[in-house]
Amino acid sequence: MSELIQVQNVSKSYWRDSFEIPVLNNLSLSVKQGEFMALMGPSGSGKTTLLNLIAGIDKPSSGKVFVSGTEISNLGESSLAKWRANNIGFIFQFYNLIPVLTAFENVELPLLLTKLSKEERKKHVENVLNIVGLGNHMQHYPKQLSGGQEQRVAIARAVVTDPVLLVADEPTGDLDRNSATEILTLLERLNKEFNKTIVMVTHDPHAAERASVVRHLEKGDLVGA
Amino acid sequence: MKVFKLIFKNALRHKLRTFLTILGIMIAVIAFGVLRTVVTIWDSSVDAASANRLITRQSVSFIFPLPYAYKEKIKSVPGVQDVSFANWFGGVYKDKNNFFARLAVDAETIFDVMPEFLITPEELEAFKKERNSCVIGADIAKQYNIKLGDVMTLEGDIYPGRWDFIVRGIYRPQNKNTDDTQMLFHWQYVDERMKIESPARTGLVGWYIVEIKDPNKSAAISNQIDALFKNSSAETKTETEKAFTQGFVAASSAIITAMNLMSFVIIGIIMLVLANTMVMAARERTREYAVFKTLGFSTFHLTGLILGESLLISILGGGIGIALTYPIVAGFEQAMPKGFFPFFYIEPITTIMALSAAILIGIIAAVFPIHRTLKTKIVEGFRFVG
Ligand SMILES: Nc1ncnc2c1ncn2[C@@H]1O[C@H](COP(=O)(O)OP(=O)(O)OP(=O)(O)O)[C@@H](O)[C@H]1O
Ligand SMILES: [Mg+2]
Repeated sequence: MSELIQVQNVSKSYWRDSFEIPVLNNLSLSVKQGEFMALMGPSGSGKTTLLNLIAGIDKPSSGKVFVSGTEISNLGESSLAKWRANNIGFIFQFYNLIPVLTAFENVELPLLLTKLSKEERKKHVENVLNIVGLGNHMQHYPKQLSGGQEQRVAIARAVVTDPVLLVADEPTGDLDRNSATEILTLLERLNKEFNKTIVMVTHDPHAAERASVVRHLEKGDLVGA
Repeated sequence: MKVFKLIFKNALRHKLRTFLTILGIMIAVIAFGVLRTVVTIWDSSVDAASANRLITRQSVSFIFPLPYAYKEKIKSVPGVQDVSFANWFGGVYKDKNNFFARLAVDAETIFDVMPEFLITPEELEAFKKERNSCVIGADIAKQYNIKLGDVMTLEGDIYPGRWDFIVRGIYRPQNKNTDDTQMLFHWQYVDERMKIESPARTGLVGWYIVEIKDPNKSAAISNQIDALFKNSSAETKTETEKAFTQGFVAASSAIITAMNLMSFVIIGIIMLVLANTMVMAARERTREYAVFKTLGFSTFHLTGLILGESLLISILGGGIGIALTYPIVAGFEQAMPKGFFPFFYIEPITTIMALSAAILIGIIAAVFPIHRTLKTKIVEGFRFVG
C-alpha cells in the first residue's frame, strides 16, 4: 500500500501573548492509503492540532505535510481551501451542522462549490443519505434529529464529494454507547467498502478497536508503534 | 438550494431581532424621506423665485406700504422691463384655517411679470374687464371645488367688510414648484372701496414686482430704484425675488438646517443599529463560518453571505419605508392647515437618496462582521466559545 499522508518533522506551537506554547515537537507520521488510523492520547497532547495539520486547516510552524503527493504545508490560503474541498471530508465531535438547513441541504453544502447541476447534486445527496441510513429524514432540521442521526448527516456531508481522506475528531465523543457503535460501524464500512482512508482522534478504547492502526500521542510526541 | 435561500434563512434565524431591525430601518427611512421633503420644499420655493424679478418694498419692513405713485417712477429706471405690484389682503375664506395667499394686484400687469402663472388669453381678458373679479390657482379651485363664474366671499380683516369676487380665471402652474394656491383680484377695486370707507388708506401698495431685462444688472438697478426714493417719507429696499423669499423664510432657515442635519444623523444611527445586529449574528455563527471555510468556501462566498444578509435587511426596511413615505407625506399634508405649504411632494431625488442610504447602511453594517469573520482562523473559530 502506498503512503497517502506523510508528516515530516513537524513542529507546531501556538502563541498566547508573548508565550510560546509548543504543542507538537518534531513529529513524523505516515498513513497508508486505505488505512483506518486511530490517534489516541491524553487531553492536551496535541491530537486535534495534528489532525488539523493533516486536514489543511492549520499550518505547521516547521516541517512538511504531504497528502497524496501534494505538499499542503506550503499552499496559500485560497488554494488550500480548494484543496480541502476536493480532498478532505471532516467529521467533528459536535457535528457542526448548519442549524437553519435541513439534512439534505447540509449535505448538499459542499456540492455547491462544484460544477454539478441541481439534479446531479440531488442524486449524490440522496445516495449518501441512504448510505448513512437517513433516506427518510432528508427534510429534517438538525434539532429534529438525535445526536447519532446528526453525526450521520455530518458523515454524509463529509463523503458526498467523494474525498480520499476522512478526518474525524472524536466523532463519538458526544454520543451514547449505541449511537457510538452505529457511527463506528459506519466509519468501518466507509473504510472497507468505499476504501476511504480515515484518521480518527478518539479517547474511546472501543472506538480504537475498530481501527486498523492505533497511534498514541503524548506531550507532542508519538509513542509506541 | 441556492445561496440566496441560505441568506434568507440566516436572516430569519432571530425573527424578532430581524423584524425589529427592519422596523427600525423602515422608521429611519420614513423620517429621512419626510425631513428631506420639507427641506426640498423650502429649497425649491427659493429656487422658484425668478432671477429677473426684483421686489421693491418699504425699507423698514414689507408690512409698511408704498405709494402707488412709485410705479411710474420705477418704470422709468433704465433696464426695467415692466412693473407690477401687489398688496396683502388677508381676510378669511369660509374658515380661519384656510390658508392661502389673497392678494390685491395690478390686474393689467400681474400676469406679465408672473409668466409661470399660466392663464388663457380669454380668461385673462375677462379678469381684466371685470373690476370685482378674481383669478385663483388651480390647486385652490380643486381644493374648494370652485368653477369659473362662482363667487368667492372673503370676510375682510385688514380691509373690513364682506368682499365678493367672481372667479373669471384659473391659472395653472408652469412648474412643480410654482405656487398655484394664490387668489388674485383687482387692487383698483379694493382701493376705490377704501376711498369711501377709509380714505386715509388709499393709494398704497404692499410691494412692487419689477421685471428687469438682464438679471446680471439686478444689483445696479436695485440701487438706482432705491436712490429714487432716498430721503422721501417712504424709502425703499429693492432686492431680487430670491433674496426676498429667502429673507421671508429666514426664521425657518435654522430649523431647516437642523432638519437637514437630522436626516443624515438618523441614517447614521440606524447604520449602527444594523451593524450591531450583524456583528451579533456573525459572533453567534463564528463556528458555522469556520465550518464553511473548512468545507472550502472562499472569502468571496463568506463576504457574499454576510453582505447579502445585511443588504436583504436594509433594502427590505428601506423599501417598505420608502413605500410608506408617500402616504405618510400625503397624510402630513392633509393634517397641515390647508394651503400651509403651497406645494408638497416627494422629489425623485429624495427617493433615490433614501434608497441609496438603505443600500449604504447595508454595506457599511456588513463591513465589521465580514472583517471579523475573514480574519478569524478556522482553528480559532472552532475553539470560539460564544
Ligand atoms: N489556537 C490555539 N491557540 C492557543 N493554544 C492552542 C490552540 N489550539 C490548541 N492549543 C493548545 O495546544 C495544546 C494541544 O491542543 P489540542 O487541541 O491539539 O489537544 P488535544 O489532544 O486535541 O486535546 P483534547 O483531547 O482535549 O481535545 C493545548 O494545550 C491547547 O490549549
Ligand atoms: Mg482535541
